[in-house]
Amino acid sequence: MAILDSTSESDARRIARPSGVILLLCLALAAALLKPVLPAFLIRVPEWAVLPYDQWMQWLFDFIKDDLGLIHVTRTISAGLEWLLDITANLLYGKNRWPHIGPLPWSAVAAVAAVTGYALGGTRMALLAGGTFVWVALIGQWDLAMQTMSVITVAAPVAVLVGLILGLAAWKFPRFERALMPILAIFQTLPFFTYLLPAVIFFKVGPTAGCVATIVYAIPPMVLMTALGLKQVSDEVVEAGQMSGSTRWQMLRHVYLPSARTELLIGVNQVIMLSLAMVVLTAFIGMPGLGAKLLSLMNSLKLGRSFEIGVTIVLVAVTLDRCSKAWVVKQPQHFERGTPWWQRHRLLLIGIGAFVACLIAAQFIQLADHIKRGQDLSMGSEIDDVIRAILSNGVITSTTEWLRWFLITWVLIPFRNALLWLPSTSVILTVAAAGCFVGGWRSGMIAGAFFGIVALTGWWDRSIITVYAVISAVVLAALIGLPLGILAARRKRWADPILLACDTAQTFPSFIYLIPAIMLFGVNDVSVVFAIFIFATVPLMRYTIEGIRSVPDELLEAADMSGATRHQKLLAVQLPLALPTMAVGFNQAIMFAFFMVIIAAFIGTQDLGQELQKTLAGNQLGKNFVLGMCVALMALAFDHVIMRWSANRRKALGV
Amino acid sequence: MKNIRTYLGGAVSLLVLAGNAAQADSTDPIIIPIHNWSSQIVMSNVVGQIFENMGDNVEYVTTDSQAVYESVRLGDVTLELEVWEGAFGASFNTALEKGGLHDAGAHSAVTREDWWYPLWTKDACPGLPDWKALNECAAVFATPETGDKGRFLGGPVDWLKHDQERVDALGMNFVVVNAGSAAALWAEIGAAEAEKKPIVLFNWTPNFAEAVWPGEFVEFPEWEAGCNEDPAVGPNPDATYDCGNPANGYLKIAAWDGMKEKWPDAYEVLTRISFTNAQIAEMAKLVDVDELEPEDAAAEWLAANEDVWKPWIE
Repeated sequence: MAILDSTSESDARRIARPSGVILLLCLALAAALLKPVLPAFLIRVPEWAVLPYDQWMQWLFDFIKDDLGLIHVTRTISAGLEWLLDITANLLYGKNRWPHIGPLPWSAVAAVAAVTGYALGGTRMALLAGGTFVWVALIGQWDLAMQTMSVITVAAPVAVLVGLILGLAAWKFPRFERALMPILAIFQTLPFFTYLLPAVIFFKVGPTAGCVATIVYAIPPMVLMTALGLKQVSDEVVEAGQMSGSTRWQMLRHVYLPSARTELLIGVNQVIMLSLAMVVLTAFIGMPGLGAKLLSLMNSLKLGRSFEIGVTIVLVAVTLDRCSKAWVVKQPQHFERGTPWWQRHRLLLIGIGAFVACLIAAQFIQLADHIKRGQDLSMGSEIDDVIRAILSNGVITSTTEWLRWFLITWVLIPFRNALLWLPSTSVILTVAAAGCFVGGWRSGMIAGAFFGIVALTGWWDRSIITVYAVISAVVLAALIGLPLGILAARRKRWADPILLACDTAQTFPSFIYLIPAIMLFGVNDVSVVFAIFIFATVPLMRYTIEGIRSVPDELLEAADMSGATRHQKLLAVQLPLALPTMAVGFNQAIMFAFFMVIIAAFIGTQDLGQELQKTLAGNQLGKNFVLGMCVALMALAFDHVIMRWSANRRKALGV
Repeated sequence: MKNIRTYLGGAVSLLVLAGNAAQADSTDPIIIPIHNWSSQIVMSNVVGQIFENMGDNVEYVTTDSQAVYESVRLGDVTLELEVWEGAFGASFNTALEKGGLHDAGAHSAVTREDWWYPLWTKDACPGLPDWKALNECAAVFATPETGDKGRFLGGPVDWLKHDQERVDALGMNFVVVNAGSAAALWAEIGAAEAEKKPIVLFNWTPNFAEAVWPGEFVEFPEWEAGCNEDPAVGPNPDATYDCGNPANGYLKIAAWDGMKEKWPDAYEVLTRISFTNAQIAEMAKLVDVDELEPEDAAAEWLAANEDVWKPWIE
């Protein structure tokens, strides 16, 4: 999420001015030490200075909605989306809408998936893609999964298309890019509770709102990757295109887009993964399918079947991820002139053939058409028993009980109280000092201002509790994730299982581990930190592995030749060189933590997430937006500082 | 591939429509919201299937149970079958004031939402269900985060309860910790069950939990009108909220204002619908204990209770 930084690459040269940093830090320290004699307005922003931002936002919102008539525009868009969604819904699970063809039999869908998998990545991919759909059908979740897919098959292509257009515009018009990037950054850091109400009001509760929320959430990486890919097209290729007399459209179609193919496809991959990440959250605004079922299962504490749904979501995500990655690697195939049509499109024909064969089979064999209840292989209640037995195991409960007591009394509560005790001025000054240290006065001003605005909204204490949970979880994640990452990077045998575990932890719906977390630790901050920790460890491990692996071989050899031990090599060569990449992972971990801390409101917190949850009851859009901005601004302050630091290090190391 | 069947079905229903000229309901689907607890899902399916029986089209949409009132108001969703006084009264009233939806009758079921404990708690605190006895054994409910005070596990803040006010008003030795979701409450009971640890938390009836974990409500000073607004009412003369929640809260049905014109027949039936506590518990049980899917549970319930719902559609 280096969005804010990409625009200001030029002043990265302005390195830290130590005197400024020290000055700011001293001021911060002084403010903390002199708290008893500090004037009240420096400790917390006084009541009278907190302006009614929420009412202004509410007014602005009503004005845009009703007076400017935006609601009519959005409702027209949602009618269009609904038309598309009805088509996929009819085809995939037989919703009673035009074109009245569906539902397609599961075997036909699975067959097409297997052939597509084969075309992209050979037998292994065919087994993965086909196997996923067979699992979904056998476990008795076909209709649910298809309800989810019916929305994603619309949302992902729309997100890719819109992202492509915005990315093209950003590449063509630098001024547009400068305006767009901060907006994207805010969209990526706004908590999902803030999307909820506007999506429902403007786009009608149901699949349409779910679809819109998914699209909004998934667009940013597509825009970034498009702009990035197009900028990297080499001049030689462009000149070759111009020399052959291409028009502007031909240049785009035949020169720029094919050259940026890899980046574009990585963007597509990201869009798909983010769409799947929203499956459960969008259930709150009417997205049907797996997410909605999961929520209702959780509410009657059916852990086993929730777990099965989680497995399905992971399988679908891994399939789509691997297939789209295989597509990135796969180069377009070229045939000799004169190859017959059927030979060039052999796999397409096989796919159609399998599809038709399954359609025909389904007319006669019920099992090939749909799996009835009672025929499925769901093991929900058995898994339930196993999970409960583990969670109520004496050794485990006594360990977690001790851990809970220890962390609450000696770590978390003292840390939280210390942060809350600090005057807001000294926190703001510290943040500004960090900014100043990595990027000079300008960065210091930005980071400090972001926290300053949060203080001015009057939500300081809640914001600090949010930051406290984020920091605690990320520190814990670093303590455990970094050693594991280093271990995995140094032993090839460990790397693959750990990366697979990362993928699984990331796509496994976070709601499912909220419940075991509560059963182990109870409704308190330990559960909250634990839930965030699982989510935040993933990027830390992944980027550590990546960073250490990408250290150039020459340097490692040089270290070997100068007689470095393994240990020395790690400390003196690998880690320093991997540090910028690891910082990116660290940043990701913090962004994920800010995302997850709000979700943790479902466990029970006293932070901004809880306050956001409350606004949903009263439909208080203005307040909701103000709170959302607090979260976004704090996340962006962290993002700015860490990414700037990483960029500086990279420059210094010359990598 | 059921297109042949679908077309046939369509033709048949067209014939039926042609024959039944008195049918005045719009063919647009009636949109019924479903939330994330079983009794509401089954009840929505029961009512939906009754409407379908009458020839209406019905569609279900999953929504958030607080945000749904905004959608009913805008007509995106046609009705809401479970408006709980305690949990959704505030959202419902806000929407009523803004206009667009109205109160379309109440179930005969009463709702109660209050402090509750599973039966094993009584072993550790035998004086229950009296609240004074509960207060005396507050230490039994202590957790690391509440120190030596007892912990009361409240519902999510967006249910807008006043537990903290009550603790203050009655001078209780308890700290209110808010769980973030119903699922979090169940997880806590589930965890406490293994070691039969005492626990006191927010719960309500009708609810599936009664079938899984037998328990009782704590008896607070009885609710009287004005207790929440007038300090003079209730045992503590200086404080509001010094009494329990009403033991018989309403369970209403809300409908979009446009429903009456668009689907007059269905609307007529909707105003007659009324379920009892026992019926609602039965619906929840079919899903939560018997593990049926909501549609099947609804069909089963309809088949077994024709004498209940047949009079409504006549």
